[in-house]
Amino acid sequence: MVINVGPQHPSTHGVLRLILTLDGEQILACEPVIGYLHRGLEKMMERRPYRHNIPFTDRLDYLAALSNNLAICQCIERLGGVEVPERAQYIRVLLMELQRIASHLVFLGTFGTDLGATTMFLYAFREREMVLDLLEECTGARLTYNWVRVGGVPDDLPEGFGQKVLDFVKLFRQRIEEYDMLLTRNRIFRSRTQGIGVIPKETALAYGCSGPVARASGIPYDIRKVAPYEVYNRVEFDVPVFEDGDVWARYLVRMEELRQSLRIIEQVLRDMPDGPVQTKLPKIFKPPAGIAYSRVESPRGELSFMMVSDGGANPVRVHIRAPSFVNLSVLPRLLEGAKVADLVAILGSIDVVLGEIDR
Amino acid sequence: MIEAITQFFTQHPLLWAFVKAVVLASFTLVIPLAVIYVERKIAGFIQSRLGPLHVGPQGTFQTAADALKLLLKEDIVPEGADKRFFYLAPYIAFVSTVLCFMVLPFAPGWVALEMNVAVLFIIGVSLFNVVSILMAGWSSNNKYSLLGGLRAVAQLLSYEIPMVLSVLAVVFYTGSLSLTGIIEYQVKHGWNIWHPPIMIAALIYFICALAEINRTPFDLPEAESELVSGFNTEYSGMRFAFFFASEFANNFFITAFAAALFFGGWDGPVLPPIVWTFLKVFVMIFVFMWLRWTPPRLRIDQILRFAWQLLVPVSLANLLFAIALGVR
Repeated sequence: MVINVGPQHPSTHGVLRLILTLDGEQILACEPVIGYLHRGLEKMMERRPYRHNIPFTDRLDYLAALSNNLAICQCIERLGGVEVPERAQYIRVLLMELQRIASHLVFLGTFGTDLGATTMFLYAFREREMVLDLLEECTGARLTYNWVRVGGVPDDLPEGFGQKVLDFVKLFRQRIEEYDMLLTRNRIFRSRTQGIGVIPKETALAYGCSGPVARASGIPYDIRKVAPYEVYNRVEFDVPVFEDGDVWARYLVRMEELRQSLRIIEQVLRDMPDGPVQTKLPKIFKPPAGIAYSRVESPRGELSFMMVSDGGANPVRVHIRAPSFVNLSVLPRLLEGAKVADLVAILGSIDVVLGEIDR
Repeated sequence: MIEAITQFFTQHPLLWAFVKAVVLASFTLVIPLAVIYVERKIAGFIQSRLGPLHVGPQGTFQTAADALKLLLKEDIVPEGADKRFFYLAPYIAFVSTVLCFMVLPFAPGWVALEMNVAVLFIIGVSLFNVVSILMAGWSSNNKYSLLGGLRAVAQLLSYEIPMVLSVLAVVFYTGSLSLTGIIEYQVKHGWNIWHPPIMIAALIYFICALAEINRTPFDLPEAESELVSGFNTEYSGMRFAFFFASEFANNFFITAFAAALFFGGWDGPVLPPIVWTFLKVFVMIFVFMWLRWTPPRLRIDQILRFAWQLLVPVSLANLLFAIALGVR
């Protein structure tokens, strides 16, 4: 039986279409169809001055818009040799980690719903709302922030922001315990996730998986450690790595990353120096000819931008390495022989965002 | 006045039967409104939100408004559907629930039809539900519905067996197939739940009941994240309302049945019997809803393995235990 899942289906997390060949409840083959959200962003970027492209990146991974902002800004900075003031770097790291928490909370909520634990969704979104409120106070937006600039950030943090973040951190530590009680220690949850959708280490390497997906397969690969950017080399945090490579391990990696993000946030707020947050740049920004490549650890994995400049006001070529796209490519292999019910667990655990897959 | 009415109905038994049928059918339609409202409020409480608030005081009329909306909706039959079965399925589900209520004693004498094999009758009639789900899943001409229907049948049939075995334990223990007889036995000897073999039977019954009414963690037949909505995907308007109503009425019934089998039915001090019945039912419904909103759902193979490898042997052993203790 051939069954068509998506592009409108409650659990495809966006407009992903999967053509499944079934034998009863068993999946024989799976063919993902992408492109329903294609907007040609890379080409559009070639027609605009460098700094006009930042808002586009909000629409890539819309659950982690700030990470995308940062990635493109870093790329442009490398191209033009722009220095970023120290305080701006700290603010960037602070916001990146808040963003990571918000993004992982979406994962947690939707993953719970996928498995039938609908309450998890509301719990996770309750806390995500707090993060969004913080980000809104700082950036003025809730989803598409457009807040990182080439050469820094547009404005300093609002007054009393640090204290509010610390309050949130304190509260959120307790809430993670609550999640553990509701999901992590639930036997049914374990039986639904353990040993399901195993990505062996070799497969993860062969497909180029990154982020939590790779780390759950025993690959200690985190751009924040491998190639530290901003001030990640000055903060202490652990990279959680699990060997099993199953859905359960990917869930655990993300839960642990929530805790590590809180650690980073506390250190950043403690160490943040005073000073300017923005480097002065000319009105028309023309970087010298050349190629620049930047990579950041977005909540979903290694997010990279490549830009080619010919010395003009617009980039000549832009390429985006979207982590979701690469991670999704392993899906057909995981689904062979799985049960229909495992489909949503596996897809949810890879945590794809179609905005950056289709670009 | 009352005497006159009683006399009138004794002279016209057919009319009396008709009145009882209408009352039962409307009860089966009205009780879901209450259960759904309670469910929404409990879900809200568990998920730290408020639930319905605006229609009526504290949102009490919300479900009634929803039911009205469903009544007014266009009746859509999918192309290529097997029309006869598609039309019939929701009503069979509903009728099977009404028939179950028919033999259920709410209080001494408050039973539509006193039947000396009520337990047997209920077990038989409630199986019609499975037929209706299979009919709905098959006739919808939708692959999701079909998968949902197949899952439902596999699950309901698997759990019917340990459920019947645990009910049989009660029957052997109390020596009666009539619900009124079982309750009267408990009024005399104390609630069944306090007797060891029945305690185990009650536990098994509870698990099976969750599966029978498609509640999390056994809500696979309508797992919305996998199968859109399972066997009732293609149903809309009034037909969907009937499925929905029968599901929630079933929810009520299966707990009322449990109250009669294990918790002494109407038996209780001070309050009138009818209040005790409803009290027990709603406490159990609360537990069901609590479970409904907490754990994730299991997978079909895990569910079936659980039924056949654990519940069936345990309930069989328990049945022997009950017979050994109960036969006097």
